[in-house]
Amino acid sequence: MQSHLLLLVLFAFFVSLVFALLSKDDVKEQLRFGALLLAGFIAAAIVLGWLMYPFPL
Amino acid sequence: MPARAVDNSQSGRLVLLCLAAWILPGAGHLWLGRRTTGLILLVALPLMFAIGLGVEGRLFPFTLSEPLVCLAAIADLGIGVPYFVASGLGLGAGRVLAATYEYGNAFLIAAGLLNLLVVVDAYDIALGRK
Repeated sequence: MQSHLLLLVLFAFFVSLVFALLSKDDVKEQLRFGALLLAGFIAAAIVLGWLMYPFPL
Repeated sequence: MPARAVDNSQSGRLVLLCLAAWILPGAGHLWLGRRTTGLILLVALPLMFAIGLGVEGRLFPFTLSEPLVCLAAIADLGIGVPYFVASGLGLGAGRVLAATYEYGNAFLIAAGLLNLLVVVDAYDIALGRK
């Protein structure tokens, strides 16, 4: 498994899953919060990635 | 039963609960009757740890002279039994040149830290705070 994007999405999924399970009690709230977190993690990673693109290492 | 004896048995139960929750991810929630949450954690956290090993992440050694490495080792240990199984099987050597090495480390460390968070959550539930 070499895809950075896939690993990023997988990582975000697991972290969102655990946070949603621990912070909400109702299943619907867990699903909503987990989906929001997942979307937020992925969007933030892509935006930050592009913002860092012009800078050299 | 005197109040002190009740307190002792209660704190003994809490210690056992936290130990179980650390050793086997999700066991604390299963113990407390939160079956669905416990089962999801039981699958998700070891799977996350296994992915970390699969993409050539490293189980860091307890090197006291390097504080960050030592902290990473403590985080790795947070996952409980999967850590000891992986160590026993000689997994987690890590390959620095692998493109996914840092991802692997992130998976391994985060899995351990999330399990420690799960232990604290189980403790809170047992105390009736949640």
